[in-house]
Amino acid sequence: MAYPSSIREAHSSQLADIRGQGLYKEERYIHSPQSANIQVEYPPGAALKSVVNLCANNYLGLSSHPDVIQAAHAALDERGYGLSSVRFICGTQDIHRELEAALSTFLGTEDTILFPSCMDANAGVFEAFLGVEDVIISDRLVHASIVDGIRLCKAVTDTYKHANMKHLKQKLEEHQDKQVRLIVTDGVFSMDGDMAPLDEICSLADDYDAMVFVDDSHATGFIGKTGRGTPEHFGVLGRIDVITTTLGKALGGAAGGCVSGRNEVVELCRQRARPYLFSNTMAPPLVAGALKVLEILSGSTARRDKLEENTRFWRRGLTDAGFVVKQGESPIVPVMLYNAKLSQDMARDLFAEGIYVIGFFFPVVPQGQARIRTQLSADHDIPLLEKALESFKRVGEKHGILGLDKKGIIEKFGM
Amino acid sequence: MEDVILEYIRSEYFDEDDDEDVELDANTPLISSGIVDSFSMVSLKRFLEKKYDISVPDAEASAEAFDTVASIVQLVQRHQGGA
Repeated sequence: MAYPSSIREAHSSQLADIRGQGLYKEERYIHSPQSANIQVEYPPGAALKSVVNLCANNYLGLSSHPDVIQAAHAALDERGYGLSSVRFICGTQDIHRELEAALSTFLGTEDTILFPSCMDANAGVFEAFLGVEDVIISDRLVHASIVDGIRLCKAVTDTYKHANMKHLKQKLEEHQDKQVRLIVTDGVFSMDGDMAPLDEICSLADDYDAMVFVDDSHATGFIGKTGRGTPEHFGVLGRIDVITTTLGKALGGAAGGCVSGRNEVVELCRQRARPYLFSNTMAPPLVAGALKVLEILSGSTARRDKLEENTRFWRRGLTDAGFVVKQGESPIVPVMLYNAKLSQDMARDLFAEGIYVIGFFFPVVPQGQARIRTQLSADHDIPLLEKALESFKRVGEKHGILGLDKKGIIEKFGM
Repeated sequence: MEDVILEYIRSEYFDEDDDEDVELDANTPLISSGIVDSFSMVSLKRFLEKKYDISVPDAEASAEAFDTVASIVQLVQRHQGGA
């Protein structure tokens, strides 16, 4: 054993520092399936509490849908529990290719490759098709998994101010000497809930001979009139060269991700992307569940329509109540509090009210931008949201922030 | 020189709405505080090279060397001196 007490103490001290900085992440134990209402044990050992879940990525309420569960059960019986292999040795069943084809059809792309998660897709995709002579120009608020993927790639890196097209244009001009220019953005930004202006991004890409990459994890299935994601919303279906997205949010919420786009990029991922080559294949029940989800979504837009209605109600309700809400159209609705402690205090008070939300602060969001991120689901209904809104109002009133703007909140609580 | 670099940081990295209250001076940590992302150091380096007619080897354009305006000024001055 080479874990001497000095090392143990050093590790303990790092953990103490994390706690001291207020950055320690705690898990809350849920004793029910994922849903609008969940049974939570928190703190550990406490009696179960029934709470309204406003922090899941279960946008379409499909995580516990009976048809999805049934499809997963059937695959468990027919194709087994696992494959004990990576894809290219003996881990590809017919249903894996079927799911890849279904995703290509749904997203309007040329081809798709599955990964164990979208984190893995983002970790592997850049290195697979870009090299030292290329440049990646990314929005400054892209997801952490993209940041990690870019770090693993040898291409030159640069960034542009969040959703700032003037700045992106300037950067594209600066990098005309590179072989490939890849613009990288999230479709919907996970912490702010706003969308990248893909129509303008595609125009700039045309003007400056650049490829476009979009991580649509917080959009696939519900953004756009038929839920095809941000490319549909902005009328640029077929013009995005590389899309990554997840099966772990709206599309059933189990696990899995993909790279979808130009044939050659997908094929290069199949040959070179390390998280694809060196991690296990997706388990058959998950593949079959995701196939069922796509079937449900291709047959009806009812769920994304309901989510849109819930989102409108919630955004208007919070704004009318006097909260500062980040503007946007997505079901990610951040309530801005700016002060880290206030975000934690309010989340705790809301939990006592039976509302499950999480307060986020630096370094998850920029310094001085603390917030409670609320997320809507098609599983919610208006009466449930009305009750949740009343709880928000009570807690907002207790802390005296209703009607205060950013300046007012900062004056009262600091940044 | 310090003022020119501070102005560049403000215009390149600050958002008019979100960052109006963020304080910035020569000793404010830039990269470790998240004001400047390490991916865009290529642009910052290019700006310095063009503005001050110097050439900074990639190895010297580290996150540490670029972490405050004061340390950036030192780096530029070293290269202006023919180092």
